[in-house]
Amino acid sequence: MTDTREQFRPEDHPNDHFLLTTVVGSYPKPKWLDRSKDLLEDDDADFGEAEWEEATDDAARLITDEHERAGLDVVVDGEMRRNEMVEFFADRIDGYEFNGPVKVWGHNYFDKPSVVDEVSYDESWLVDEYEFTASVADRPVKVPITGPYTLANWSFNEAYDDEESLAYDLADLVNEEIEKLVDAGARYIQIDEPALATTPDDHAIVGECLERIAVGIPDDVRIGLHVCYGDYSRIYPEILEFPVDEFDLELANGDYEQLSVFEDPAFTKDLALGVVDAHVAEVESVEQIEANIRKGLEVVPPERLTVSPDCGVKLLPREVAYGKMANLVQAARNVEADLDSGDIDVAAPTPADD
Amino acid sequence: MTRIATTPGLFPLPDDAKEALSDLKGHQKGDLVSGDESADVSAVYDDVREELVALQQDAGLDRIVEGQARWDDMLAHPLTVHDNVSPGGIVRYYDNNNFYRDPVVEGDLTFSGDLAGDLEAASALTDDLQAVVPGPYSLADLATDEHYGDDADFQAAVADFLAGEVEAFPDAVETVFLLEPSLVENPPGDGADERASGAIDTVAGATDADVVAHPYWGALDEKVHAHLLDADVDAIGYDLVADHDDNVYNVAEYGTKDSVALGVVDGQNTLVESPDTIRERVDWFEGQVPSDFEDVYVTANTGLFYLPVNRFEEKLRALGAATDGEAVEEAEVEA
Repeated sequence: MTDTREQFRPEDHPNDHFLLTTVVGSYPKPKWLDRSKDLLEDDDADFGEAEWEEATDDAARLITDEHERAGLDVVVDGEMRRNEMVEFFADRIDGYEFNGPVKVWGHNYFDKPSVVDEVSYDESWLVDEYEFTASVADRPVKVPITGPYTLANWSFNEAYDDEESLAYDLADLVNEEIEKLVDAGARYIQIDEPALATTPDDHAIVGECLERIAVGIPDDVRIGLHVCYGDYSRIYPEILEFPVDEFDLELANGDYEQLSVFEDPAFTKDLALGVVDAHVAEVESVEQIEANIRKGLEVVPPERLTVSPDCGVKLLPREVAYGKMANLVQAARNVEADLDSGDIDVAAPTPADD
Repeated sequence: MTRIATTPGLFPLPDDAKEALSDLKGHQKGDLVSGDESADVSAVYDDVREELVALQQDAGLDRIVEGQARWDDMLAHPLTVHDNVSPGGIVRYYDNNNFYRDPVVEGDLTFSGDLAGDLEAASALTDDLQAVVPGPYSLADLATDEHYGDDADFQAAVADFLAGEVEAFPDAVETVFLLEPSLVENPPGDGADERASGAIDTVAGATDADVVAHPYWGALDEKVHAHLLDADVDAIGYDLVADHDDNVYNVAEYGTKDSVALGVVDGQNTLVESPDTIRERVDWFEGQVPSDFEDVYVTANTGLFYLPVNRFEEKLRALGAATDGEAVEEAEVEA
């Protein structure tokens, strides 16, 4: 396996050990961005597309800076331009249409799109977002993309014989988009597949999607897969066969009860370990996060451990989200120092195959 | 044989009501329907009920449901609004991407009257009223028992509770749809299957209206189906959208009641079935099994809240047109 991690080590990294710190993607939107959105939707307001673009640029710059200030090694713009993880993409893919909101729970709705024709690639989805973020960032930028299985599973399917064939067509489009992102300079792509948690029996379909996504992508491009809020024992160890470098998993929320799932058979990929809860509005202490990071070292050695939140943090108050990021980075640096000085014994088995 | 166009209810809120109610009620779990809504909130629901009834009448449906607009927690609603039940955490609704408040039963399931109240209001709007009620097996399955202590006792208590609610329904109710998706999704094992059928029997016995026991999201296990045939209901539902082959097998192998309900319109997909397609699906079923049915309820397989409003309305009109006698004759003449 090519080492895709070392390219993200900052030149001024203080320790010999390097636990890559990053985020899953989404971040709370500044309140003024929400107000700008209201203005954009208000026909009487003197606020059009140009003003909206300026507002989203400002927000993306602000949150990218905030991630860097927290000390993260790899940053995201907090998905400031994205409304929702399926809608945003469906809006840009030919073959989709929107018919109106549907209920998720209570009075929370989602503009669930319908696939009414064969899906095809139209405009670029994320290249502009990536190029802007990379231009304002001093650190490397990760690009989260909603995976084809989730794009298929969270849509109405009017056009395909089954969800599986729709997912494969969407996977080809995701592959096309990643090629464009790579041409633009992106080296770290994260595929988000939350739908796998609700239908774990479909892991083979997700695997086939990833095979299609990985075709022609250079070896030095790091591909991660984010899966959250499910029973991991139903997809492990099968997911080890997926052509990805890293699995990004939510484990802090369940207090690491599921960690043992990944101990047997041995975890052969990089582990991006959730070390702060994305749905608890209290900032975990540095000590607590250090303890969480050490749990990850029971599964993989330090050179294969990435440290990140459980999930996107967009539902948290912004100052809480920032506090979690800053403590997460501090905790990772402390654990690295302890590893350097030999104060931590690594329990994870040494991989035999590389 | 009479073909009766109907639905299992659980309608989406009209879009303006979605907005009005979320402004009035809020977005958090503590803001959802509790059974003692404010006058403002009740007024919105009264308007919605009128709108949903009129919509069904215009579409030409033969049975009119109240619409269940107040059912924030879908089929768990009759318990989440009960005085001796605490709405717990937000939990996943079957394997859908939907969530409801886990009803935690902490005391005796005494008479509530919540369902009868809504039906009473609807009875002023239509003469073809159909009640929609979660079946006792599904309702017990969706809830958490912290009071009765034993699965069988709890299910029996839920059945007695539902029987009391059904008994209080206004006389205007012609048909009761008992929705039992858990019989498919979380099938009862040996012994529990017989108890589930007995619980349905308890509820069905509380009314003189026709009772349809309607499982969906697939076909019943053979034994579960066989036991359900012992319940004193007038019709059993078959979800032909999710699984037509196994449902036909069950009917061919074990027979069914004098009447059936056929789920031939997909409640979870925006693709709208034409009236012709609906008729073909019913014809197909009747061609596959010994068919000498009294009534065939032609229905969506699931509740319709999964759909955006425009497609929901189109599906109602398609169902109404599919059983419209004149339309059938016209179509035949044109053909």
